[in-house]
Amino acid sequence: MSPAPRHAAGRYRVAIIGGGPSGFYAAEALLRSGQAIDVDMFERLPVPYGLVRFGVAPDHPKLKQVTRVFDRIAEMPGFRFLGGVEIGERPSINALRSCYHAVILATGASVSRRMDISGEDLPGSYQASDFVAWYNGHPDFRHCTFDLAAERAVIIGHGNVALDVARMLAKTPDELRHTDIAAHALDALAASQVREIHLVGRRGPDRTRFAAKELQEFEELADCDPLVELDDFPELSSGPGANTEAAAAFSLLRAFSTRPIAKRRRCVFLFGLAPVGIEGDGHVQRIAFSQGQEGARAISSRTIAIDCGLLFSSIGRRAAPISGIPYDEARGVHANIGGRLAADGCALPGLHVCGWGKRGPQGTIGTNRACSVETVANVLADLPQLGEPPRHPDSLFGGTSIPRYVDYPAWRRIDAEEVARGRPKGKPREKFVALDEMFSAADGCVAC
Amino acid sequence: MPYVVTDLCTGCRYTECVSVCPVECFHIDDAMTYIDPQNCIDCGGCVPVCPVGAIQAAHKLPPDKIEWIEINRRRAGETPVVASRLPPLPGADERKNAILLR
Repeated sequence: MSPAPRHAAGRYRVAIIGGGPSGFYAAEALLRSGQAIDVDMFERLPVPYGLVRFGVAPDHPKLKQVTRVFDRIAEMPGFRFLGGVEIGERPSINALRSCYHAVILATGASVSRRMDISGEDLPGSYQASDFVAWYNGHPDFRHCTFDLAAERAVIIGHGNVALDVARMLAKTPDELRHTDIAAHALDALAASQVREIHLVGRRGPDRTRFAAKELQEFEELADCDPLVELDDFPELSSGPGANTEAAAAFSLLRAFSTRPIAKRRRCVFLFGLAPVGIEGDGHVQRIAFSQGQEGARAISSRTIAIDCGLLFSSIGRRAAPISGIPYDEARGVHANIGGRLAADGCALPGLHVCGWGKRGPQGTIGTNRACSVETVANVLADLPQLGEPPRHPDSLFGGTSIPRYVDYPAWRRIDAEEVARGRPKGKPREKFVALDEMFSAADGCVAC
Repeated sequence: MPYVVTDLCTGCRYTECVSVCPVECFHIDDAMTYIDPQNCIDCGGCVPVCPVGAIQAAHKLPPDKIEWIEINRRRAGETPVVASRLPPLPGADERKNAILLR
């Protein structure tokens, strides 16, 4: 499109930190704007796609086809991928700000919320998101171990991550063998003793955060039945303001409640229970709940306990605070107005955010498109007022700052290698789970 | 199995679906939107955002709506992609209210 050299004078330069969906959609919106803009996407890992690679469950391959869209964006003139480059110490966000007209944080919500109850750190008690990263082959989690020797697992939280974890525990090795699940996870899950999975939420069955589509998959598991006891829970009142997704999930749960139980494993859905404490002698043995809708801690004096040897907490995530970047403690996001980072109601020029770090962990993959389009509209509005950055991006490279990076052609080589490794096993790919393997499959990074 | 826009969209065309589609698989004509089954990745993100409930999974369509699978496929091939949200058609809100009261 533009014959001008990269980062030539007169072109805007925008850095995006994070190579997940919201980062790609931000790049797309910038490069479609018709303005002369070069986009540098910095990704900490040598591989792109963020939670599409490390979050979306291995048994949802169709959803991962969204990467074709990201690959198309990566081919747009003006785009550059810099994989394996962590922004933090060196180079810092401030170093980027001195080289680019604008910097967009697309770094997601990487911190799991804690239940803040006793026993939370006992062996056998885990964060669901760590388990997800582990079975998806995230390099930072490949050495995690999960004790799957217990017969009963409890998952706290009624969102889609909780469903993913339950399904991975409920599926047989044959149901997972031909997915892109990490080899270490397939081996560990094949030896799992888990037969009963309890999915426990604070709210009622009419107010879950499940996507009906994902809940429905529990009807089709090879060796696991969904089990729901709704007792005399009243019919939903519909009408204006009703949450259609929660209502659809509720009608599925109602259908589950009348299904016969025939299979060896079961997934039990429980409602109106707030966790109050985890007990065990050196290892999780049971978890206590107070009973009552909404689950305010002291709402009810009635408590019940569920014996279990394995526990996952899946009650939400928040953005990791970044030094020097304003943070909205209440919402767990980088404080922003329409994606403009803002301290005390005043926007910080040239600093923006999109995705989960902007709006919190919600929505489907496509929700990020509208989110990033909004952020980029504000970036584009601000660009003419932002001064020329004092330094050139080339000054970031070389030496100890950015010694090398994985560009998109190098990622394509990693990708091809993973696909080839998967083929003999009938898997769409066998992911590399170690950084050095990724760098070596890249077969030559761009040396700076 | 992809998702399908049914005739409930006709005359409303809110295009909320378009703004949340991760793969730009929505096409459009003067009356409504259509999903290209070749591109749809089954994320289902468009279903809950449709103000009139016009979008459903192909395998969950009632018998009288089955024809819309083929209509979506054919019309997606004949109409342009729509990449961003458009204003709804005139009269859409009245139509929506009538549908929701049914």
